[in-house]
Amino acid sequence: MATKKKWEYSPAPESKQPAAIASRYELFINGKWVKPTSSNYFSSINPATEEKLSEIATASEADVNKAVQASRQAYEKYWKKMAPAERAKYIFRIARIMQERARELAVTETLDGGKPIRESRDFDIPTAANHFFYYAGWADKLDFAFPNKKANSLGVAGQITPWNFPLLLAAWKIAPALATGNTVVLKPAETTSLTTLKLAAIIQEADLPPGVVNVITGAGQTGAWLTQHKDIDKIAFTGSTEVGRIIQRTLAGSHKKLTLELGGKGANIIFEDAPIDQAVEGVINGIFFNQGHVCCAGSRLYVQESIAKKFVQKLKDRISTLLVGDPMDKNTDVGAINSAQQLKTIQAYIKIGKAEGADFFESDCTLPQKGFFCRPSLFTNVAQSNRIAQEEIFGPVLCILTFRTDDEVIEKANNSPYGLSAGIWTDKGSRIFNISKQIRAGVIWANTYNLFDPTSPFGGYKESGFGREGGLQGLQPYVQFVKP
Amino acid sequence: MAKQSRLEVWKTYKNYVGGQFPRTESGRSYAVKNAMGKTIANVCQSSRKDVRDGVSAARSAWSAWNNRSGFNRGQILYRIAEMLEGRKKQLSDLLVTQGYTAAAATQEINRSTDRLIYYAGWCDKYQSLFSAVNPVASAHYNFSVPESMGVVGMLAPANASLLGVVSLMAPCIAGGNTCLILADQEKPLAAVSFAEVLHSADVPGGVVNILTGYQQELIDWISSHVDVNAMVCFDQEKADWQKIQEIGAGHIKRTFQWNAKQLATAAGQSPYFIMDLQEIKTTWHPIQTIGGKGGAY
Repeated sequence: MATKKKWEYSPAPESKQPAAIASRYELFINGKWVKPTSSNYFSSINPATEEKLSEIATASEADVNKAVQASRQAYEKYWKKMAPAERAKYIFRIARIMQERARELAVTETLDGGKPIRESRDFDIPTAANHFFYYAGWADKLDFAFPNKKANSLGVAGQITPWNFPLLLAAWKIAPALATGNTVVLKPAETTSLTTLKLAAIIQEADLPPGVVNVITGAGQTGAWLTQHKDIDKIAFTGSTEVGRIIQRTLAGSHKKLTLELGGKGANIIFEDAPIDQAVEGVINGIFFNQGHVCCAGSRLYVQESIAKKFVQKLKDRISTLLVGDPMDKNTDVGAINSAQQLKTIQAYIKIGKAEGADFFESDCTLPQKGFFCRPSLFTNVAQSNRIAQEEIFGPVLCILTFRTDDEVIEKANNSPYGLSAGIWTDKGSRIFNISKQIRAGVIWANTYNLFDPTSPFGGYKESGFGREGGLQGLQPYVQFVKP
Repeated sequence: MAKQSRLEVWKTYKNYVGGQFPRTESGRSYAVKNAMGKTIANVCQSSRKDVRDGVSAARSAWSAWNNRSGFNRGQILYRIAEMLEGRKKQLSDLLVTQGYTAAAATQEINRSTDRLIYYAGWCDKYQSLFSAVNPVASAHYNFSVPESMGVVGMLAPANASLLGVVSLMAPCIAGGNTCLILADQEKPLAAVSFAEVLHSADVPGGVVNILTGYQQELIDWISSHVDVNAMVCFDQEKADWQKIQEIGAGHIKRTFQWNAKQLATAAGQSPYFIMDLQEIKTTWHPIQTIGGKGGAY
């Protein structure tokens, strides 16, 4: 029920102390921490407080070259030749140390990226560790993965991760690459490098041969040098469709294999026979999980007309009870926006939505004085052609549209250049199978949303990218077939 | 011969779009010559507009074709093979006119027919082989299945007039895609006559569309078409391959280069060619747990 009186929670702050963040981080190349040739460092701040957390090395082109060279040497000298079962044991070690140092990683992730500690503790870090554990087991079983083919490694993989799930996506990239016998040079997003650097330390602690995994930090230019490097055999990128296009263009005509996990505008479809209260929770989780910084977020809501009024009211009531604020508080539902720049983007889209004539509603919660925060919000009266219904906002802003028939909602849901994810809420099994088949998207959540698992392949159709991460299918982007 | 022989009826070679045989809208043609340099046909020099019409026909046909059962698609591929077998003589004469020896022509047609039957058999099997039920660590049922990509642009290789077209088309449509094929520029006649085979084999109009024309002129238009989900070609010149990928990057097109040297070998056919043109879709659903504890819904 919507009342002005809200549940009051006493603060339940997590301690910063377990993060043990160093004042400065160097580049991790060839098993060692090395100073950048540029001698340049950039600051990493806590988006919830705007306080500086650490300073991080900016990798120059020379540093990128060094890292790729180290990776190539490690590939030829150790990793390619190593018995797959031994390779597996190294990867299992990484998973185990991540589990042991889970609290440190979770607190660091939240301080660095602004996501609620509850999410980094219960989702990001355990899922990342599980990913290593899952792929470790594949290393000596690749002969069973591809019928009638033998799968060989590619060589050196260049990997670029985004800022929304920093450690988790580093795991999505590194684990399958190592399991299939490739070596890695990884560049994390510049606003969220810390947990990836801690992962590098874990890899060092696990005693992997030097150069098998290298981490170079920096902004877009560092990533561009990596994608342009001639001695790279594979690029895996997660980020915006805009940058994905540039990378695909850069790689055109080369021998490099490519995986792209790009943007999305997930359609979340609510039929009148859906379990309404569960669906409301699912929609909330679909759009406000991780402040809406999720490529597969259910950001386009389609509600069947007959229940739209009631459903939207329930959503507004629920949004008003979301706890927005300090990410380190264990009660917090919606934390800080990752950066000042992203906050600006979100605010610009809210302005666009209003100008397009949609009706705006936001939670009346109070926001902290410092840091980058945004109230959870929704737009109703949105048209399919509105920019807020077509473009990825990547923030806690839900667009609500309505429909009458199954055919209509299939048409509308598919009317998007993206095709990453979709949700379907209905009590009717045959409808789930029909709609889920007709929707052009790589992941379909029926009567649930935003679930991930190492065994479950993830990736998009159309302009949401190509290739899969996770599951058996997640191995293929890192292998080449040779005759059995 | 002493007696006046009957005057031969020559055939007009046209495009195959949406189950019909239109001329290019541009009205242009180019001469196809035999090994002796004699003109044997004036074929369509297709234009950008023909590409658009072809893609549009392929897109219209896609949904129904994609929704047909694998079994039904298999029957239709098998039917194409039956029709091809019946037109062996016609196709063979045509290949010989274009410079094949009689033995090579027969071999190419036999290989093409056998390849169609090979893929006919895959239509309802690759899904089982490449699907998975994933053992997720929560109370959810989770499965991944291959699905067609949609509309595929295909550039036929040189020196395999018929086998090249069949080896492109068969894995593509076996997997529920529809396609627009640009025939080999120098030797396009077998591809056009193959369209007649398709036409008489219960292949719904628009599932396969075949154009003749200049590859250099049309590559840009096929690669840049937003409604073409994927491109397949064989051993292109490096500059062309780079161009196809560069232009395709504009809307994240999937691009594949298959090996022409393998065409006439066992390696020229594989379910992995079907899988190149498939997306993987993963679906989740909660599992009820009695009593609710641990249940996800």
